[in-house]
Amino acid sequence: MLSVENLSLQVGNFNLSDISFKVDKGDYFVLLGISGAGKSLLLESIAGLIEINSGNIFLREKNIFDEKIQNRNISIVYQSSDLFPHMTVFENIAYPLNCKKESNIKEKVLKAAYHAGIADKLDRKPETLSGGEYQRAAIARSLAAGNDIFFLDEPLSSLDSKSKSELRALLRKINRSGITIIHVTHDYEEAVSLANKIGIIENGKLTHVAAPEEIFKHPKSEFVAKFIGTKNFMRGKLKSIQNSDLKEFIFGEIKIFCLTDIPDGGAYLIISPEEIVISNQVQLSSSRNHFKGRIIDIAPAKLGIEVTVNIGYELVVLVSFDALSSLGLEIGKDVWIDFKASSCKIYN
Amino acid sequence: MRSYSKNKSPLYLIFTFLGGIVLLFIVAPIAGMYLNTSIGSIAETIGNEEVRNSIWLSLWTSMAGTILFSILAIPLAYLLARNKFPLKGLVNAVIDVPIIIPHSAAGIAVLGIITRDSFLGRAADSIGFKFIDNQAGIILAMAFVSIPFLINSARDGFTAVPERLEKIALTLGASPLRVFFTISLPLAWRSILSGFILMWARGMSEFGAVIIIAYNPKTAPVLIFERFTSYGLKYSLPVAGIFVGVCLIIFILMRIVKKKN
Repeated sequence: MLSVENLSLQVGNFNLSDISFKVDKGDYFVLLGISGAGKSLLLESIAGLIEINSGNIFLREKNIFDEKIQNRNISIVYQSSDLFPHMTVFENIAYPLNCKKESNIKEKVLKAAYHAGIADKLDRKPETLSGGEYQRAAIARSLAAGNDIFFLDEPLSSLDSKSKSELRALLRKINRSGITIIHVTHDYEEAVSLANKIGIIENGKLTHVAAPEEIFKHPKSEFVAKFIGTKNFMRGKLKSIQNSDLKEFIFGEIKIFCLTDIPDGGAYLIISPEEIVISNQVQLSSSRNHFKGRIIDIAPAKLGIEVTVNIGYELVVLVSFDALSSLGLEIGKDVWIDFKASSCKIYN
Repeated sequence: MRSYSKNKSPLYLIFTFLGGIVLLFIVAPIAGMYLNTSIGSIAETIGNEEVRNSIWLSLWTSMAGTILFSILAIPLAYLLARNKFPLKGLVNAVIDVPIIIPHSAAGIAVLGIITRDSFLGRAADSIGFKFIDNQAGIILAMAFVSIPFLINSARDGFTAVPERLEKIALTLGASPLRVFFTISLPLAWRSILSGFILMWARGMSEFGAVIIIAYNPKTAPVLIFERFTSYGLKYSLPVAGIFVGVCLIIFILMRIVKKKN
């Protein structure tokens, strides 16, 4: 349906670099990233609203990189303020039909409005609509345009939770009717509840494209790791050690011994906070990793206490309240950290 | 409407006093003009055909110039609001030139392009048409000095229209021309109307440029000047009062229409 190949563009000091991905017909593809990551820019560049510097965009098997906006047949719905304010909801929905000089406009407007759940507000001006109604009207207009692909740019961001869940249901229904959707958001829950494929975008680069389960099982960015509450996530390099079954995971100045069969090269490491032992003195044990660090934060967790120790990386350790008091742990205290090479979860 | 507590500091009082003087400076001469004119002389002047003709001439020539030049000025304003191009700053500055130059000089400048020695003047002459001492010349003189008001106001109006709405209209299948007429123009309409009123009002009251191009037929400002120089203040006051009154009525009506829009 849509294939983006090596798309690059520069706007001011910001770059989208070498972005490639494919979206199949009927996909619900969510582009997930923090504000300023370049998500909206990517969407607008595919729709033709912003000129790209290089790359190809194949839509419906046709290269559209220099196609006029009005001939790309892509519908866009933004977070807000995209209805024409001087027209009623009816006139807004009828707009694409009038452009295409279609017949039976009233009938088609009503059909789109019913589908989007806004049929009872057709005489209203956009400024009088609630957030949810506004977005329904914008979606109805896109439906009336008859395009088979929708671009949604943070369409639920300004809605309350009730409207959000209703709109999500509507978007799923639209997707099930065969419309391919590319949806940009910074909301992890939104991505999980809607997508069958997720693309993670960071600093203008598409870093990971996969099914939601894969994205969250094996996060490849700090951003996703934080979203899903994964602590102690590192992106580094794996290197074999001569005459040892261990490998070295290099993360900046820190070297961590791991037991893994993942090949050498770029890799990701997660150490679960409950696998780490904290002590006042270095311990002789089967643990291969020993670091000295200083406690910088102590915060209660759902179960136990999270102690953050700076070892050159802010490592989170989960301890019991009993351990906290018996070891006399407090902010500013120097402690030892130990964990086993086998407790490091490594993937690439 | 939310009310704010009034600032009672001495600064507020001083500014109110200074502002009051300015308002008085604007209102007093106009009010004085009416206070020094008897109703009888105004009624007599209204009955004078020459006066009525001059006011009507001022109104319609200025309106004709405004309508005619808005066809050219509105697209230019749109270009200035939406496009980046070399020397855009210079173009913006050139548009304001008619405001800053003396209006008699503006009249001489316009005269330069419509005399029989000029291309336009020769072309008009060849079909038996003349600009000088003619309504067409008056229209040109009025438009020259007043067109910056329309262009600037329309440009500001188009700038205030979110570009995103125009782009959304394109994604919905509209051609750029359709986007202009269905999105940009209706959303900028208030500012365009405002510029339209200003251009018309400024044009109808133009004296300096018009008198250079056409002493006859006499527009109202030229007639007021002629009565003043030939017969003195007393004789020119009723004409001035009537013309100012007509201008004010139109101005108020147009502002009401604009507000309702």
